[in-house]
Amino acid sequence: MTGQLAIFLILAAIAVAGAVNVILQRHPIHSAISLITVMIALAGLFLLLESEFIAAVQIIVYAGAIMVLFVFVIMLLNAGVEERTNMSRMARYAGVPLAIFFLIELAYQVGAATSSMTPQPAAEGVTRGLSMLLFQDFVFPFELTSILILIAILGALVLAQRSEGVSAKGGQEKIT
Amino acid sequence: MTDAAAQSILLVSVIKVVVLLFLVLTAVAYLVWFERKVAAHLQGRWGPYRVGPHGLLQPLADGAKFLLKEDATPAGVDRFLYFGAPLLTMTLAISAIAMIPFGPASIHIFGVATPLVVANINVGLLAIFAITSVGVYGVALAGWSSNSKYSLLGGLRSSAQMISYELSLTLSVVGILLLAGTFNLSDLIRSQDGFSWGFLPKWNLLNPTFPQILGFFCYFVAAIAETNRAPFDLAEAESELVAGYHTEYSSFKFAMFFLGEYASMITVACLASILFLGGWLSPFPQTPGLDWTRYLPAGVLAAAGVALILDGVRHPPFGRIVLPLLGAVLFALSFLCSRPGVIDDIQGPFWFLAKILLVLFVYVWVRWTLPRFRYDQLMRFGWKFLFPVALLNVVLTSLAVVMRK
Repeated sequence: MTGQLAIFLILAAIAVAGAVNVILQRHPIHSAISLITVMIALAGLFLLLESEFIAAVQIIVYAGAIMVLFVFVIMLLNAGVEERTNMSRMARYAGVPLAIFFLIELAYQVGAATSSMTPQPAAEGVTRGLSMLLFQDFVFPFELTSILILIAILGALVLAQRSEGVSAKGGQEKIT
Repeated sequence: MTDAAAQSILLVSVIKVVVLLFLVLTAVAYLVWFERKVAAHLQGRWGPYRVGPHGLLQPLADGAKFLLKEDATPAGVDRFLYFGAPLLTMTLAISAIAMIPFGPASIHIFGVATPLVVANINVGLLAIFAITSVGVYGVALAGWSSNSKYSLLGGLRSSAQMISYELSLTLSVVGILLLAGTFNLSDLIRSQDGFSWGFLPKWNLLNPTFPQILGFFCYFVAAIAETNRAPFDLAEAESELVAGYHTEYSSFKFAMFFLGEYASMITVACLASILFLGGWLSPFPQTPGLDWTRYLPAGVLAAAGVALILDGVRHPPFGRIVLPLLGAVLFALSFLCSRPGVIDDIQGPFWFLAKILLVLFVYVWVRWTLPRFRYDQLMRFGWKFLFPVALLNVVLTSLAVVMRK
């Protein structure tokens, strides 16, 4: 059990450090890379929970598809180094205390909720259990979500077509 | 699990990793030699011939050259990503091979029985796709961090291309998952065991429920695009982009991209043979009439040994000694392979390697036969043809699976 705890601590540290690094980095590409690190560390945490399927899908979908698109757009727009606005008065007097308050609140609530929980492996294998949930018990919300995403894609296509100059190809790349 | 058992498993895994790493790096080096030889013969040339007999030592010479060249770093690069990108490409490409099972038999290392695969995990197929999907970053970041317009254009092109073709690649294997009902690569191969009408192997390509011919076509085309090879090598189109994403890389950093490309070729060929061609399964049924096919591995080794001995005498002075020696070793190995204890263990790896070699040959053949696509053609082909065909295959296969039940 101690080995697992050590791996958990390492992965958690990487995830938190990566998340902080996303905001600290001044170049969008470096922020994106940090975000990818967070995604991969999260996949490692899923592996610790014995859900291999979710870990693999986490990497494929988030690190392999969504973040590639982020990086692609940053490269395409050739975004430069971000300019710092040395903390406005609003951020200093309202933002910082609020952020600290929410952090404490979150830590407290998560700690209270998870202290009595023990991880339970899925009875019939993660992949099978997950697909049973998705395609049998919750098939209606699942299909509804896909229609929602389809509508969003169509909306993006219509918007891209309206402002002339952007070809259908640019719209199609958004689908991924 | 006791500590001792856990430690011995760890030790066995480390040994397997080291052996596999050595094998893969050698295979990659000789795959380059193989590609140059095949390309040369397709074009009526000789190919590498000077370094060693038949240019067999060319990979060594290439390696030394890569190590000794000047390692130039252009001005204005993003150093972290510029050095990280080739490392990422090579590491990911090689680590994907850890999931590939090479045979059904178990081997014994220090008394621990262990299968011929480094990581036999339940979601092996997904894990390989996860690793290849992260591989895009190597190319994209190399292009971006080089501070060169050719590299940037190459990186952009290739990331768009890889996102587009990854969809078809993943969809093309869904049919197989529907038929087999598992993500584990060893189980996927076992599900293809048997013969229809007594002679036609039940490989997924010829599956009796629904032959995955469409799926294989989509997989093969998308795999060529994913590995950035001709006719889809837009990322390094030398007539337009000098060398694309690795224009600014030299010396060993370039060699890392090179290794990565050929290692991912091997991964893709392994997957093609596992998913569609029955992996380690023999194409011949073991009926009394075809019993002799068990001796094919030994026969092939013996023939190769004899050929090497006969050919070696024509190569003075170095080859006259080395080639016949190598041939004699192969000949001796063939006797070992026909012995009762070994002959069953050697079947799996032999057929698996034979299928990989076949796929790799077609791969090289395609590269040196077809001209490069134009960029808009590439996108149109990927989205308007390959993707719908892969979807159609999923629909047809699921219909066939439901009908049979």
